[in-house]
Amino acid sequence: MSESQSHSATVAERPEGWNRPVLIQPSGDGELLEVAMGPHHPSTHGVFRMDVALDGERVIRLKPVFGYLHRNHEKIAEGISYLGSMPYTDRLDYICPITNNWAYALAVEKLTGQEVPERAEYLRVILGELTRFQNHASSIGFLIQEMGASGTPLMYAFREREKILDLFEKLTGARMMVNYMRFGGCRVDASPAWLDATRKVVAGLPQFVDEFDRLLSSNEILMARTQGVGVLKADLAVNAGVTGPMLRASGVNYDIRKVDGYGIYNRFNFRVPLGDHGDVYDRFMIRLLEMRESITILTQALKDIPSGPIMDPKARLRGFRPKPGEAYGRIEAPKGELGFYLISDGGPNPYRYRIRPPSLINLTVLEDMCLGHDVADVVLIFGSVDIVLGEVDR
Amino acid sequence: MVDEGLKIELGKQGIFVTTIEELYNWGRRNSVWPMQFGLACCAIEMIATTMARYDLARFGAEVFRPSPRQADLMIVSGTVTKKMAPQVVRLYNQMAEPRYVIAMGACAISGGPFKQGYNVLKGIDRYIPVDVHIPGCPPRPEALLQAFMTLQKKIDGQPLTGEDRPRHLNSEAQGVFPVPVQGEHDLEPTSNPGVWPVPVVIRS
Amino acid sequence: MKTVEEIKAAIEAAVPGAGVEIVMNPSVSGQHSLRLAPSCAIDVAKFLRDDAELALDFLSNVTGIDWPDKEITEKVKVTRPVSKTVEGVEKTVEEVVEETRKRLEPGCLEAVYHLYSVAKKFGPVVLRMRTIDRTDQVELPSLTPIWRSAEFQEREVFDLYGIVFTGHPDLRRLLMWDAFKDHPMRRDYREPDDFEYEPTAHDDVLKRAQEHQTPTGQPGSGAGQ
Repeated sequence: MSESQSHSATVAERPEGWNRPVLIQPSGDGELLEVAMGPHHPSTHGVFRMDVALDGERVIRLKPVFGYLHRNHEKIAEGISYLGSMPYTDRLDYICPITNNWAYALAVEKLTGQEVPERAEYLRVILGELTRFQNHASSIGFLIQEMGASGTPLMYAFREREKILDLFEKLTGARMMVNYMRFGGCRVDASPAWLDATRKVVAGLPQFVDEFDRLLSSNEILMARTQGVGVLKADLAVNAGVTGPMLRASGVNYDIRKVDGYGIYNRFNFRVPLGDHGDVYDRFMIRLLEMRESITILTQALKDIPSGPIMDPKARLRGFRPKPGEAYGRIEAPKGELGFYLISDGGPNPYRYRIRPPSLINLTVLEDMCLGHDVADVVLIFGSVDIVLGEVDR
Repeated sequence: MVDEGLKIELGKQGIFVTTIEELYNWGRRNSVWPMQFGLACCAIEMIATTMARYDLARFGAEVFRPSPRQADLMIVSGTVTKKMAPQVVRLYNQMAEPRYVIAMGACAISGGPFKQGYNVLKGIDRYIPVDVHIPGCPPRPEALLQAFMTLQKKIDGQPLTGEDRPRHLNSEAQGVFPVPVQGEHDLEPTSNPGVWPVPVVIRS
Repeated sequence: MKTVEEIKAAIEAAVPGAGVEIVMNPSVSGQHSLRLAPSCAIDVAKFLRDDAELALDFLSNVTGIDWPDKEITEKVKVTRPVSKTVEGVEKTVEEVVEETRKRLEPGCLEAVYHLYSVAKKFGPVVLRMRTIDRTDQVELPSLTPIWRSAEFQEREVFDLYGIVFTGHPDLRRLLMWDAFKDHPMRRDYREPDDFEYEPTAHDDVLKRAQEHQTPTGQPGSGAGQ
């Protein structure tokens, strides 16, 4: 496709420092006002701090500060077994626990070469797409709340999220921290009653997306505040390692579900929405369109799910010692590319356990997008990146 | 003290008998305004509690104030890391009395699943006094509602005079808690001995 | 789809004198890596990004690994002069004797880069670079000028492991506070002793917890006093 080719063809001829932020000169020679936005801040994304230097209302410099939720997941994982780390992966991106579990299970299956039975793959896809749906709905809800619409779209989004969390609770026993995936399959099988309940919920989702769309997409205030704000060009996005809806909003056709074809995603017929401008409005629209594509995948998966076992019969959960080696496995999580890099030395604990956090790497370009804008736009741009601090700091 | 039966009879006639203490505490407990203070995963369950399904507003927590000066309650929801701990204590110092703390989730009580971490503070009650602890990881929204009701019962039981009176009526009570400093290897001091007595284990 | 050998050949053709070697990966994943000598890393990285066929324009992941010093005990056959009596006469004879020797294999720190190609849609290509040792020679060239996504990840590797990336635009700690002195993810890091009563303590945790306990029958002062 010409879009994906053009961004890298001209990178070689760029001068040194093309991928650094373009600094702005302050007007006049007064002092800059330095504001620390965070770590305790009304925007609901968690404990994150941005040190901004302002010239009046314009942002001249922005430095993010991380580490306020650094919970040492990687160090703890070196001391417990492979399966013992599975509940910790739930707490990484705590709005989408299922996809975190899936990424870890996929990385371990790449390391050991285990096969996953078909029914388990379908269950993974169903739960993964339900997670993606409620994540995008919540993300849009939080973004609109930061814009000032104190709570109403968020209430609608959380109403659907509660329906989906009820399904998770019926199946796995927990609303949020489900701990559902295992190396070689899933933990619990879904009963026909659960599948019927899911079909009913999924049948009601298009109406919700239409309602959300009608409420928000052509809203005057939304369009005035988000169009042209926080523009990210495609070549900088690829060079900075940005993935997920943020990358596709800049026009780059890279969805790991289509590129890697992990699981059984190549059986489903779905489209990948792309944006034109790379601004906040595009990111919002991409998430809305991806919600519709998730519904498409869900209806197909719920129709075709076969019966069968849900765990690889050769899998051993006790005394699990993979052979020495390493593997990097990644999936298209709702926030971007979530990858796990595991090094095994033949023991029961991993030698090195590394998480590639999409939220942290998507924040690399936060400074680029915010320079020159007003401080009120910083909150919106930051909200459109859609981060979760549990993943940024691990 | 008026007999309960008499109170009810009078109440049917439109005459209410009460004590100043009951009235004072009734007003306080029905309008506890929490501070927006979500740290980690428990924050999402806290937000779900304020949403339409498990409405927290009907208990009096009508608005979540972003500023600590205007809030009565700090719900510490999520893991407190050593990098964040000085900020938590500073925010607590900035809240005006009467103020309460709910430690929501295993991480705020004692470090939770991340207890072995080098950057994890093993419980927020090492530096500030906590009124209600909610176990769970994360606790269900109903658990947060029950904790809220427990806090309301606690406020109901606070007398106006005497030994057990709350801090805001006691001029000798400690108002400002010392803020820990981030040292070279750890926080200094590691805990506040006035608030958290270090447990003594006697081996037999 | 290029194999590791083809990529190595392409690098050696484009960047003469590049020190590249293949590190095979024994696991089923088949993700073999290329170890680069730090002196040629920037040129190799520029070639990998700008080459028309490879077009590895996307740096996905930067990882730090700690390989601590290893004490290796091995049996070595050496020839030693030994005095023996041969036919009643004392002589010094050269004989082959087996002795056990202990040697310290110095450890190092390693940085691993996972590269993908968004334009050509393939990957991962894994690059590795090792420092000379773990104590004072811990510099590696930073690949941030070539791939911006390394900016925060290299800062994190510096914070948690101590590898100093030369050429990084802003090398400071990322996750720990600035006054912090240790590098926590290293294998020899000892966590600070926050006393916490541990109900089922064992091994190292039990030893530390015992230091805080009072002996039988005497109510004593608690920890740290």
